[in-house]
Amino acid sequence: MISIAIERLLYLVASVLFITGLKKLQSPETARKGNQISAVGMLLAIIVTLLSTKTITYGTIAAGLLVGGGLGLWMARSIAMTSMPQMVALLNGVGGASSLLVASAEFLHRQSTGGVATVDVALSTHLGVLIGAVTFTGSAIAWAKLQEVMTGKAIVFGGQKMVNGALFAVIAGLAAWLIFVPTAPLWAFYALVGLSLVIGVLLVIPIGGADMPVVISLLNSYSGIAAAMTGFVIKSEVLVISGALVGSSGIILSQIMCKAMNRSLSNVLFGAFGQAAGKSNKTSEGLSVSATSIEEAALMIAYAQSVIVVPGYGLAVAQAQHQVRELMDLVEKRGGTMKFAVHPVAGRMPGHMNVLLAEANIPYDKLIDMDDINPEFERTDVCLVIGANDVVNPAARTDPSSPIFGMPILNADHAKRIIVMKRGMSAGFAGIENELFYNSKTQMLFGDAKGTLSKLVAEVKQV
Amino acid sequence: MNGMDLIGFIVIFILATFLGASLIGRVPPTLHTPLMSGANAVSGITVVGAMAIAGHTDYGVLGQVLGFIAIVFAMMNVVGGYAVTDRMLEMFKKAPQEGGK
Repeated sequence: MISIAIERLLYLVASVLFITGLKKLQSPETARKGNQISAVGMLLAIIVTLLSTKTITYGTIAAGLLVGGGLGLWMARSIAMTSMPQMVALLNGVGGASSLLVASAEFLHRQSTGGVATVDVALSTHLGVLIGAVTFTGSAIAWAKLQEVMTGKAIVFGGQKMVNGALFAVIAGLAAWLIFVPTAPLWAFYALVGLSLVIGVLLVIPIGGADMPVVISLLNSYSGIAAAMTGFVIKSEVLVISGALVGSSGIILSQIMCKAMNRSLSNVLFGAFGQAAGKSNKTSEGLSVSATSIEEAALMIAYAQSVIVVPGYGLAVAQAQHQVRELMDLVEKRGGTMKFAVHPVAGRMPGHMNVLLAEANIPYDKLIDMDDINPEFERTDVCLVIGANDVVNPAARTDPSSPIFGMPILNADHAKRIIVMKRGMSAGFAGIENELFYNSKTQMLFGDAKGTLSKLVAEVKQV
Repeated sequence: MNGMDLIGFIVIFILATFLGASLIGRVPPTLHTPLMSGANAVSGITVVGAMAIAGHTDYGVLGQVLGFIAIVFAMMNVVGGYAVTDRMLEMFKKAPQEGGK
């Protein structure tokens, strides 16, 4: 109904809207608008495709749009904010699957009509299939680990890298066969799909649950690259542009996460952390912690001019964000200030902790990134550590034998007083002792986060 | 695709990758989760490719089936991604400015 030229121009408009939307995501003030602009771009792309002369029947399209849209809306409405990593993992997975299906349908159609693809189209088809399939099954495993339906521990077996390497070699061989020998049998293609699905599983199982933030960022990127490859297959600029945007976004987030953990991407992907982690020389022998009571802690907080809270994932697990918000209101009513120091790996995915705190109505300008808040600890009366451990462990700065040595941390130990809220004395991730707990400025407040915070709030009210 | 076409697409891909990298590098860490779910929504653009298959009779029954599933998956990304991103961004509020502070 519309000419090819107009169609391509309108797709270009959609691409520009995606880019504008991304640009507006650079500030919390314009981010929501940006997301809406991006959504308008998508709507435009869908309408243009519906009006395209290439579209002949509408039944299947309408059914697909309704079913998929309905499922998406239901998920978006019902998901708990603590489960955002699972939702992103799931969306990465179905995104990859969608590219896999489109690339496969193009290949099978060409086969059945006896058409021969040029090398570049054939190559992008198989790359689309491979990356789409890896994204699909890899994300399924990541989802299962995050949802705790399977063990979060790294699953390793002897010769794992050899097996993966061999599988990749076979996949490359099959692809070459299909590309250069037009008479290659159809089973070669199905084998390519099957092995690509298997390799997705094998690539993610050796990665521990604590590293899932990196993995879902990376799979986010793969889902974009798969879409871009599909764009090469069906010759669509808008697919290539959008896919490239998503691809680069995921890569950058993966790098940020790795930097925050002081690890290289290859160490995360192949290192099976938590299995072979070295043990620190330092032990807690001869050191003692001092525990405090809720009353004492309440006094410290009530009379503090400045408080910095270091929230960890334990806070979110206990769903204690709202109690923290109450505490913030009390401190501010008494004329003090309260800020939140957010470490990049504080949640289960990049930026997760910020979303969880925003949900509890904590204004975003109180959530301060690590680099900005670290110089402030020295001037802070009380640092309240809730459910965080490794991200405040000074061993990362001082103890070269520690597995987390070199990891950037929040300088909680620089505050004048430190209160650590914790269930018990168990060591953190990878069993690392935390010197902060034995610091003479530190008071331990044992108990579960939510209950303790509620009592603390009640106590501060009385002061 | 002839050679020139292919080069054109590679150029687009590379330029868009660099554009994406420079845009994303400036997104504050506070917004990284909405950024990822928003990226999910954008990667739902494969719906365009899926519709081209499902809307075409040439691809036969298999094409209809694969196309249908691909549209469903892509639309989960599109609607789910945009809706959940909007839900999150709505929660991000600035502190009320108090006079004199």
